[in-house]
Amino acid sequence: MSAATPGVAARPAPAPAPPKPTTMAQALNQALRDAMAADRSVHVMGEDVGTLGGVFRITDGLAAEFGEDRCTDTPLAEAGILGTAVGMAMYGLRPVVEMQFDAFAYPAFEQLVSHVARMRNRTRGALPLPLTIRIPFGGGIGGVEHHSDSSEAYYLHTPGLHVVTPATVEDAYGLLRAAIASDDPVVFMEPKRLYWSKADWSAQEPAQVPPIGRAVVRRTGRSATLVTYGPSVPVCLEAAEAAKEEGWDLGVVDLRSLVPFDEETVAAAVRATGRAVVVHESSGFGGAGAEIAARITERCFHHLSAPVLRVAGFDIPYPPPMLERHHLPGVDRILDAVGRLQWEEA
Amino acid sequence: MTVLDTPAWRPRTDAAPLMPDPEPFRLLGTPEAARLDPALLGELYGQLVRGRRYNRQATALTRQGRLAVYPSSTGQEACEVAAALALGAQDWLFPSYRDTLAVVARGVDPVEALTLLRGDWHTGYDPRATRVAPLSTPLSTQLPHAVGLAHAARVSGDDVVALAMVGDGGTSEGDFHEALNFAAVWHAPVVFLVQNNGFAISVPLAKQTAAPSLAHKAVGYGMPGRLVDGNDVAAVHQVLTEAVARARAGGGPTLVEAITYRVEAHTNADDATRYRTDDEVAAWQAHDPIALLERELAGRGLLDDALRQRAADEAEALAADLRTRMQEEPRLDPAELFAHVYAEPTQQLREQEAMLRAELEAEQQS
Ligand SMILES: Cc1ncc(C[n+]2csc(CCOP(=O)(O)OP(=O)(O)O)c2C)c(N)n1
Repeated sequence: MSAATPGVAARPAPAPAPPKPTTMAQALNQALRDAMAADRSVHVMGEDVGTLGGVFRITDGLAAEFGEDRCTDTPLAEAGILGTAVGMAMYGLRPVVEMQFDAFAYPAFEQLVSHVARMRNRTRGALPLPLTIRIPFGGGIGGVEHHSDSSEAYYLHTPGLHVVTPATVEDAYGLLRAAIASDDPVVFMEPKRLYWSKADWSAQEPAQVPPIGRAVVRRTGRSATLVTYGPSVPVCLEAAEAAKEEGWDLGVVDLRSLVPFDEETVAAAVRATGRAVVVHESSGFGGAGAEIAARITERCFHHLSAPVLRVAGFDIPYPPPMLERHHLPGVDRILDAVGRLQWEEA
Repeated sequence: MTVLDTPAWRPRTDAAPLMPDPEPFRLLGTPEAARLDPALLGELYGQLVRGRRYNRQATALTRQGRLAVYPSSTGQEACEVAAALALGAQDWLFPSYRDTLAVVARGVDPVEALTLLRGDWHTGYDPRATRVAPLSTPLSTQLPHAVGLAHAARVSGDDVVALAMVGDGGTSEGDFHEALNFAAVWHAPVVFLVQNNGFAISVPLAKQTAAPSLAHKAVGYGMPGRLVDGNDVAAVHQVLTEAVARARAGGGPTLVEAITYRVEAHTNADDATRYRTDDEVAAWQAHDPIALLERELAGRGLLDDALRQRAADEAEALAADLRTRMQEEPRLDPAELFAHVYAEPTQQLREQEAMLRAELEAEQQS
């Protein structure tokens, strides 16, 4: 796996503190702090990441602790931020770029597609770009227009990028450490709706940092398997709980990484039930779910008792906040889909 | 007295010292030229002759089908050569697709420099080993890379300057703006060289910008702009050398506009007669970079047969080597398509590689 951990292992880890209630935002902040402490080449950069600590406070305190050369308030220009980060990575640094919001990462798209994703390939491996692009994404926070996009499909369609998204406090820390330590560019998508989700947690030992590219089974089930990621993971777990009333025992797979895509874990979980629903917030047409459903069908056809269904956002521009609840896949819509998995023919 | 009169809200720098002299800087044929070191002039001459020959050879290789395409820098050799020579060994060059000559003048193997245009891979040389970034095709996208690299070197305490090349059309791109802005804010040791060769494919400069000159754009970013006769190799070399020295000394970035002319069509695939007149081309050929330097050398009694012969021999050797090596079929390995996408290929890539391998084996057996 590309997520080698040289940066992570560079310094002996302090003894782990006892677990305490921690938000995903705090875990991400801790991951950045620990990565910067472990490896001088890690530089954080973006809009408002310095003095303010980022609009979501993910970079809180880093400029004070590591100096403004290591946690830099850049000019307000996303292509410039990512473009200069490319140059910094060419020189041997490990930039961690913050895009302020999903929809404001689009100006950087050309740098991402034409350079970030290709530099290793273009140079026959001579110039890998170890950089991390953090993008808060998704809706459900009452954001006005341009603050709630789920843009992962654009990135996962671009060979050369890893695309990762955590759903738990523990993974937020571990996957971000793994992303920063990776020698490949990682688009690290942070479900902003989960920034304030809490768990009892303390920073992992470096050995526990999960490799990028492994899905995790959050819940085993016998009736059907929900395959999901990021902000939809808690929704699916809630749906699985509610499904018990209907007599369904649902499994939930959290992909954690869209690229690389862990086909083995997904296929095994789906084979165990013979039924699958793929759930995500972004629009369904041409979305990650289409790829996942196709791969499940290719790998598990003879184990399937029903077509693979998708529950996704509608194929509409992201709605205004007062209407967004109709767009977001919720428990009912997921259970409706499970109900349509041709049970009578089973 | 209002808050507007307090220093925080006043213009922060004096624009006047940043303004370019509207008269392009020239050396050859001026009294100043007498002070130029004959050894430097001799080297520049050799490089120009070699560069012209390189352009001619590369163009010929397109006709023989040995290069997929070649954007010639014929007529622009002074800029190409001066850019390479203005840099120290530790510095970085950020070229565009038109700048393979600068890459070669910096010492990169010409066959490796032409890999992109031959099409056997994208970048043929090792950027870290040569300190030459990949030739950039998406216009101006290499400029922020140069800024980031220079900035990274500066914060690492290293003495490294980056020189980034771009065309006049490229100055309209957003990345040009963002790169110059970042460079100035970060005080990055970077030099931007705009080769204003009059056209972006067919579109003349008047349709790109209403700025007084491209060099004037520097002022808005808070860096000095300089205009130079891009066919006067001594002048371009001096302006770039000064800008590099200024960057090295902590003086920050400079924008240099070199006025030159693309004597050939945009590429071998372009028909320049559709958008410009022969008279215009002829006027520029009368201001040819090699002829300008020869006149200077001759005036100072430096253009002897030995110098001419040495330059011609070196140029011919380069062309002959290029010709011979480009006749050889390049080594192509389809498996390499999957090798450098990630540090480790994904499972899906391994499966696709196996599929291609099986296809190729079947192809060989049939
Ligand atoms: C982003 C982008 N848009 C369009 C093109 C296609 N294109 C290639 S060269 C060129 C003209 C560039 O002109 P200029 O910047 O003046 O450089 P020159 O070719 O004259 O050296 C265009 C439009 C491109 N390479 N990149």
